[in-house]
Amino acid sequence: MNSTVGLSSRHKFAYTWPLAWGVAFAVVAFIWIGGDLWQWAVKAPKELTWKVEALGSCTSVRLCVTGFFKFMVSNEAYIFPWTFKEFTRFVAACIEFPYQIIRSFLASGFTIPLSGGESWQSPPISWLGLTVVLTAVAYRLRDWKLALMVFLCVAYLAVFGNWESAAITLSSIAVAVPIGIVFGALIGILGYRYEKFERAITPILDLMQTVPIFAYLVPVLFLFGFGPVSAVAATVIYAMPPMVRITMLALKTVPLEIKEFGKMVGCTKRQMTWRVLIPAAAPGLMVGVNQVIMLSLNMVIIASMIGAGGLGFDVLASLRRQAIGDGLEAGIAITLIAIVLDRLTQAWASRSPAPHHETKPTLLQRHKNLMLALLILVGTTAISFVAPFFAQWPEQFEISTGQFWNDLIKWININFFDELEAVKVFLLLNVLKPVKAFLLALPWPGVLLFLALAGLQLGGIRLAILVVSCASFILITGQWTKAMITVYLCGISVVIAAMIGITIGVIASRYPVLKRSVLVFIDTLQTLPSFVYLLPVVMLFRVGDFSAMVAVVLYALPPAVRYTLYGIQQISPSLIEAAKTSGCTKRQLLTKVQFRLAWPEIMLGVNQTVMFALSMLVITALVGTRDLGQEVYIALTKADTGRGLVAGLSVAFIAIITDRLISAAAKKRKQALGL
Amino acid sequence: MRRLLQSAILAGTVALFTYAPIASAEVESTDPIKITWHDWTGQFITATLVGEMLKSMGYNVEFVPADYIAQFVGLESGDLHVAVEIWETTGKDALEASLATGNTVDLGETGMDAIEEWWYPLYMKEKCPGLPDWTALNDCAEAFSTPETHPKGRYLGGPVTWSGYDDERAESLGLNYEVVHAGTDAALFGEIESAYQRQAPILAWVYAPHWAPAKYEGEWVEFPRYTDECYNDPAWGSNPDMAYDCGKPRGWIKAVGWAGGEDKWPKAYQAIRNFTIDNATMAALIIKVDLEGQSVEDVVAEWLAENESTWKAWTM
Repeated sequence: MNSTVGLSSRHKFAYTWPLAWGVAFAVVAFIWIGGDLWQWAVKAPKELTWKVEALGSCTSVRLCVTGFFKFMVSNEAYIFPWTFKEFTRFVAACIEFPYQIIRSFLASGFTIPLSGGESWQSPPISWLGLTVVLTAVAYRLRDWKLALMVFLCVAYLAVFGNWESAAITLSSIAVAVPIGIVFGALIGILGYRYEKFERAITPILDLMQTVPIFAYLVPVLFLFGFGPVSAVAATVIYAMPPMVRITMLALKTVPLEIKEFGKMVGCTKRQMTWRVLIPAAAPGLMVGVNQVIMLSLNMVIIASMIGAGGLGFDVLASLRRQAIGDGLEAGIAITLIAIVLDRLTQAWASRSPAPHHETKPTLLQRHKNLMLALLILVGTTAISFVAPFFAQWPEQFEISTGQFWNDLIKWININFFDELEAVKVFLLLNVLKPVKAFLLALPWPGVLLFLALAGLQLGGIRLAILVVSCASFILITGQWTKAMITVYLCGISVVIAAMIGITIGVIASRYPVLKRSVLVFIDTLQTLPSFVYLLPVVMLFRVGDFSAMVAVVLYALPPAVRYTLYGIQQISPSLIEAAKTSGCTKRQLLTKVQFRLAWPEIMLGVNQTVMFALSMLVITALVGTRDLGQEVYIALTKADTGRGLVAGLSVAFIAIITDRLISAAAKKRKQALGL
Repeated sequence: MRRLLQSAILAGTVALFTYAPIASAEVESTDPIKITWHDWTGQFITATLVGEMLKSMGYNVEFVPADYIAQFVGLESGDLHVAVEIWETTGKDALEASLATGNTVDLGETGMDAIEEWWYPLYMKEKCPGLPDWTALNDCAEAFSTPETHPKGRYLGGPVTWSGYDDERAESLGLNYEVVHAGTDAALFGEIESAYQRQAPILAWVYAPHWAPAKYEGEWVEFPRYTDECYNDPAWGSNPDMAYDCGKPRGWIKAVGWAGGEDKWPKAYQAIRNFTIDNATMAALIIKVDLEGQSVEDVVAEWLAENESTWKAWTM
């Protein structure tokens, strides 16, 4: 029934869309040609301001936001019985307390005052002890392979002299991750229980994930004060949304039979949630936990800009003195921590359930391993009083590959700069500059018209309204030009990243051997902080749009590869067989069968590529772009809340527009394919 | 097991609550003085020097990384207490605005002299013999050009947030140059390093005290000397219609503190006011850290040991 309606309407409107697009193009071309007559349409409008001071005493969106935050941190905003600032400072103190304890354990040791003004400094946990324990945990959870890997990763931190910084980084991660998980899960459960709540928080989650972090660093600083606590708070904001989403999804996908069973045995609502739903959804929830850990580690460098210290600070400090190698080593340390935490949590999630005991075991029996681990930690830490080797890997045995990397870049720079320059100049003059000029010349009413049409065609009137209002926000806050530069840089980078990524994905899907190394490569690329490769890119390509593009392409590549690979692999083998038996050549198989069937997944990959590119764009402001990213960055350094948030929201809206349009297109396509 | 854990937590809690008052009791307050840490080596050294000096007097000191401009919010609210390097060249406006609130106090000049100007490596003098005089720049525009800017020269300025009025300067002096802004300090010196390795043309913003003028042989361009009128009065200078037709100001580097600290740690604030160090000394320390790879702590400790009589006098 449905399909016949769809079919007839499609026949009826077969010419409507091309016609509409034709008219739109004609209108835009008309405005463009008559440029002088339509000044208001061709020139990007200035920020909208108003004279009437109805909303407080501000006269533009930007100033209103700034004013709002000034009000919040002043002593006039109350959350009974405190002022708002007292409240946030109280929250900050609650975060600070566990952070200081963990940090003392891991990095700085405790200072215990003795009588007479003297004090006694306890050492932090011995690196040797922690390495042994983590390796043993890995062995216990999985096998010796995982144990070896964990051992190598942790030993790297000690041998390369990153231990102390890693311990500081780990302290803030150890506070941020549990907060992110617990609150994420709780909000997720609420969202699952109350549909209205879910609908209310979904757009907020979208914004939390798409507003660049730089944009909310300043408000966070205002509210939580300078130092590690603000860094933890910013990390939580950034890392929590996936946990909320995944919790809601995991709870929804709990099989109906299990829910029915819970009802039959007479569970109360609370029992139902905690005893039935959560355990049943555990595997899904673990994906969320994993995401929180990964995203928290992504934040390490940015968090160090507002006082987190640790490895992120080391990376930035090395880059500042042009020590590429040292920066790379510290960056790899972050990647390794991510890998260890990721593998350990995954192994823990998929561990075999504990054997059921008939007799109640004693405390010692139940926690034999835990006791042993504690014993090792306490023992090695105690020994570190007398044996310095236990306290710290001896400095003279530290390895550094720093010089090697510096020399490598220097060698490339001296020998290949001209070749690289030729490629760069060609692309710059023939691709980047024309596209930029074209986008900047597009009249804004035309862009709004195109967006409205695309929204209508792909998803109907609601989508059209959404995308047009998002774009209008950018327009009235006076950021049109910068937004267009953002679109240009991001667009070109995405096209290139998608081309390279899809190609790699297709090739890798054919050769299993290649697939493995490709996966390792993109995993590394994704967890290695982008700051590490920003500097070499600048050295080889100079400050400017091209360097920014290279960095964005590198960063946005992984999802394109991953989703293509996944899309091609999930095609059922019987379909491939069928195509082969009906005589497809390899090429036909790829273009006519695999590509078409994997199209929705590839589109999702492209969608993710756009999201990654946009989040990276803010970081490329550090190499001197002139887009919204720069706007956000300037606002950060000037501590201008309104400016930063407005520019950040504009980036988020560009992301939302692209995301909604691409998702709608993928959905349509999927329906057409009958999947 | 549980008891062990409990006692560990108890010990930790005790340690934490009694964390601060470990120093000797002769100072006014043992609450930690929070000194900010920014993102360049010279500042780390100054901050560590000041911090160690205060520690030797019996104060507790904490170093808090904070952004150069963003820190004023913290200094005004008392979250942060002392910033040791505010440069007249880049931070004057922010400093004056902050002092005007009454919540911060001027802790005096550090004795260092900030230089910021257009800079080129010495090997460029062969291609452009008229340098360092600024009038030679236009003749050499092509020598300083890149394919993107050709035939205009290319000048790599600092991050937009450093201000510096380079776009205005180029226009006002009629320089045939395109001003490109590096996003960060690291990117700026990354490009200089790259060019220097290849002995390629580069014209960029270099400042002192910094390791760059020591590592790379080069000179600053000599513009008409800066005066206040040049920036404020368009009529001044070679261009009658525009301001900024001169070089950048050279100037003081000051320390600034939270106003509340004046009553809380008066002796510490006085010691910071007494503190003074010159460009040459600072440059030598920066080189030890950035080019010879020593740690900031070691370099500072060495200097303190060698110059004890100097800095002890500041603490009296």
